Amino acid sequence: MYSIILATASKYLLLLLQMFSVFLLFRGHNEPGGGFVGGLVAAAAYALYFIANGIGKAEKLLAVDPLHLISAGLLLAVSSTLPAFAAGRSFMTAIWFDTGISLFGKVGTPLVFDTGVYFLVLGIALKIIFSLAEEDRP
Amino acid sequence: MPLFYLLLTGFIVSAVLPFLSRRVKGYSGWVAVLLPLALLFRFLAFYPRIAAGEIIRESVLWVPSLGINLTFVLDGLSLAFALIITLVGAAVFLYAGAYMRHDKEMPRFFFSISLFMNSMLGLVLSDNMAAMFVFWELTGISSFLLIGFSHHDLQSRKSALQALLVTGGGGLALLAGLILLSGLSGTMELSELYPQHDRVVSSPLYPAIALLVMIGAFTKSAQFPFHFWLPNAMAAPTPVSAYLHSATMVKAGIYLLSRMNHVLGGTALWQDSLLVVGALTMVGTAILAFSQTDLKKLLAYSTLSVLGTLCMMIGIGSELAIKAFFVYLVAHSLYKGTLFLVAGTIDHAAGTREVGMLGGLGRMMPFTMATALLASLSMMGVIPLVGFIGKETLYASILELEDWGRYLVVAAVAANGLLVMITLLAGIRPFIGKLPQFPSTPHEAPIAMLAGPACLAVFGLLAGLFPDYFLGSLLDRFASVVLADTLTFRIKLWHGFNEVLLLSFVTFFCGMLFSVLRRKMLPHLKERHIMPFLKPSAWYDAALEALMRLARIQTRILQNGSLRNYVTVIVTTAVALGAAALAGTVSALPAFPAGDVTFYEVAIVSIILFSILLLITSSSRLKAVIALGVMGFSIGIIFILYGAPDLALTSFAIETLSVILFVLVLYRLPRFSTYSTTASRFRDVLIAGSVGVFMSVMVLLTASGELDSGLKRYFAEASLPEGKGRNIVNVILVDFRAIDTLGEITVLAVAAIGVFSMLKLVIKGYPKEERS
Repeated sequence: MYSIILATASKYLLLLLQMFSVFLLFRGHNEPGGGFVGGLVAAAAYALYFIANGIGKAEKLLAVDPLHLISAGLLLAVSSTLPAFAAGRSFMTAIWFDTGISLFGKVGTPLVFDTGVYFLVLGIALKIIFSLAEEDRP
Repeated sequence: MPLFYLLLTGFIVSAVLPFLSRRVKGYSGWVAVLLPLALLFRFLAFYPRIAAGEIIRESVLWVPSLGINLTFVLDGLSLAFALIITLVGAAVFLYAGAYMRHDKEMPRFFFSISLFMNSMLGLVLSDNMAAMFVFWELTGISSFLLIGFSHHDLQSRKSALQALLVTGGGGLALLAGLILLSGLSGTMELSELYPQHDRVVSSPLYPAIALLVMIGAFTKSAQFPFHFWLPNAMAAPTPVSAYLHSATMVKAGIYLLSRMNHVLGGTALWQDSLLVVGALTMVGTAILAFSQTDLKKLLAYSTLSVLGTLCMMIGIGSELAIKAFFVYLVAHSLYKGTLFLVAGTIDHAAGTREVGMLGGLGRMMPFTMATALLASLSMMGVIPLVGFIGKETLYASILELEDWGRYLVVAAVAANGLLVMITLLAGIRPFIGKLPQFPSTPHEAPIAMLAGPACLAVFGLLAGLFPDYFLGSLLDRFASVVLADTLTFRIKLWHGFNEVLLLSFVTFFCGMLFSVLRRKMLPHLKERHIMPFLKPSAWYDAALEALMRLARIQTRILQNGSLRNYVTVIVTTAVALGAAALAGTVSALPAFPAGDVTFYEVAIVSIILFSILLLITSSSRLKAVIALGVMGFSIGIIFILYGAPDLALTSFAIETLSVILFVLVLYRLPRFSTYSTTASRFRDVLIAGSVGVFMSVMVLLTASGELDSGLKRYFAEASLPEGKGRNIVNVILVDFRAIDTLGEITVLAVAAIGVFSMLKLVIKGYPKEERS
C-alpha cells in the first residue's frame, strides 16, 4: 500500500525527527533526553520513512549497513574512555573542556560516550526492523 | 612513558593495518613488516640501558581503586622476549605478505597477527598481574582467530575451538591463582611480590596458588597432558604456526613460569612438578613424533619436546640450567621459526607437505635449501651454531644434578636424538635425493619469502660464533630476574673435549639410528593405534561431548522453542525467588498508603484496565498488539505524572518501536486458528496473577519502607559539580555508572547480531533451512 501523502510527509518528518533526536542527544546532560532515547527517536524516524516508502528506499537513504552503525557506536563509546589515560587519570574518568561558546558550553567525554550510545541504539533498532522487513523480498 | 605509548601505537597500527593492506594489495607484507621492525629497533635502543643493569618501570592508572594498573616493566627477561617477538615477527610478517598473496582475506590476517604481536608484547612487559592476564587472554583469542583462519573448514574450526578451550580453561585456573596470590600479598604488582617470597611460600594457600599458576602455564605451553592442542593448531596458515605455535605464544607459559620463579619457586612442589612434567613432555612428545609424516606436524611435535625441555630446565633451577634455558629459548625461536617458514615454502613450491613425497628440491631452490640447512644444523646442535651451545649447556646442567642426573641425561639424549631425526626428515630430506613427481612445478621462492627465514638462520649462526657479544650481557640480566641474584656468566662456543661433547656425538648417532629405524618400522606403525583411554585428546573429546549433552538436555527442558514456555520459566523463577526472599524478612503486609486519588490517576488506570480487557479477549493479533501499545503509553503517562520525564520519554519511544516490530512479525503469522483450552487458560491466569500480586506487594513495600541509602542524596549533590550535568539520570548513565552502560550496550550489540544471524545469515554451501 503506497500513500503519496504519507510518502511526501515522511521526507520532511524524517528530517524534523532526526533534528529532534540530535536535540535530545545534546540536551540529555541537563534536561530529559540522552543518547538512548535520541537513538530510539532517530530509529522511529527511519521506521516511519520505511513504512511510507518501502524497505529498499529506506536502506538506500541510510546508505550504511546498520551493523556498521552498531560497531561504530560501540567503538565510539569505548574510545571515549581513552582520553583519561592521556590525562593521567584512571580509566573512564570524564574529561571536560570548556569551549567558551555559550551554545555548546562544556564539552566532555561523556557526550562522546552518549553519542556512541545514540548510534548503537539507532543501529540495533534499524538492524532488527530491516531484517524483519527484508524477508518479504524474494 | 615510552612502553605504554609503544604498545598503544602497536594496537592502533594493527587496527589500521587491514585498511592499509587493502590499499597496497601486493605489497601488504612490505608495509606490515614496518610495525615489527620499528618495534624491534625501539627495543634494541633500550638494550644498552638494560644491559647496564637498569630496570625501566612505568605505570599508567587504570582502575587504581582495585590495584589494577597498566604497569610495564622492562628488564632482562621481558627484553629478551620482546626482542624475540619483534624479530621473528618481522620475518613472519614479510613472509606472510608473499605466502598469502592470493588470499582475499589477507587484511583480516594482518589484523589478527598484529593484534597477537601487541598482546604478546603486553604480556611480557606487564608487571601488574591483572594487566598481564588481560594480555594473556588476548593472545589466546588472537590465536583462536588465526588457527580458525580458514573458517570454512570444519577441521580448522574444531582445532581453533580446542586450542581456545584448553588454553582458556588454563587461563581461568591462572586467574584464580593470581587472585589468591594478590589476596595473600595485598598487591597486584609482580615486582612488589618479590620481597614477599618467604611469606608466600610458607602460606597454607601456597600449594593451591602454585598448582593453579602451573596449570595456566602448562595449558598455554602445551605440556603433558595438555599437549594435544598444539599439533591440531597446525591447521593455521604456516606463518601463524611459525610465529604463534613455535616461536612465541606457546612460550608464554614458559615465560610465566620463569617470571614467577622468583615468587613461587624454591620449593619441592614447584621445582619437582616442573621437572617431572617437563621431562615427561620432552620425551613423550618426541616419541609421538616418530610416526608423523606431515612436515608441520613433525615440527609441531619437536616444538612440544623443546617446550618440555624448557619447562624441565626451570624445574632444575640451577644457575647453569637457567643459562641453558636462555640459550635454548633463543636458539629454538630462531631455528624453529625458520624451519616452519621453510616448510611453508616447500608446501607452496611442491604442493605437498608429506615427507615421503618430498625430495630433490635443492636444485630448484638453492637459497631455501641453504637457509634450511643452517636452521637444521642449529636444531641438531652442530657446532658452530647457537643450538650447539644450547644443547651443551643443557647436558652440563643435567649432569650437575645428583639424584636424577643419570636418568634425566638418558631421557634428554633420547629426546634430542629424536629431534635430530625430525630435523633430518623435515629440514634436509626434502632437498636431497631424486626429484619425484609433484602436484605442481617447484620453483625458488620470491625474495619476501627468503629474506625473513634467512635472517633468522644467519642470526643463529652469528649468535653461535660470537655468543658473548650477542647474548652475553642479556643473559646476565635475564638470569638475575629469574633467579633473583646478580650473576655473571661466561658464554662461549667451545668448551674443549669433555663428557658433554661426547654426549653431543651420542645424540647425533642416536638421531641417525632413529632415522633408519623409522624407515623400517613406519609401515608397521601405521596399523597400530594408541588406546583411546590413554590419550588426553580423547578425554577432551569426551568432556566436550558430555557438556554438549548437558546443554541439549537443559535446552530441551527450559528453552523448548515455545515462547510461552520461556516466559513461564522466567517469571515463575523470578516470583518464586523473590517471594522466598521476602518471606524471610517481611513480617506483615504493608498497609495501603493513605492519600487522595486524583482524577488523572483514575482515568489512566481505567484506560489500562480497559486495554487489558481488550487484549485478553481479542481474536485478532493486531488488535491485541495495539491494546498492548495503549497500555504501554498509559504507563508512560504515569511516569510523567510522578515526575520521571526521562523514563517516560524512553518508554514512549520503546512502545512505538515495539508496536512496529510486532506488526512486522505478525504480518507473517497465520490467523489465530486454535485457542488455548480452559485448563491452560487457568494455568496462565495463575501465573499472571501471581506475578501481579508479587509486584503489587513489592511496590507497597517500597512505598512504605524508609529508603535512604544515601545514594539518592549523593547523586543529587554530586551531579552538577562532578558530572557537570543537571539531569541526574543521564549523568548516572554516562558518567557515574558508565561502565554499566558500556556493558549494557555491548549486550545489546551482541543481541542484535544474534537476531540478525538467526533471521538472515546464509552461509554459502549450507542450504537455508526451510521455513514452515
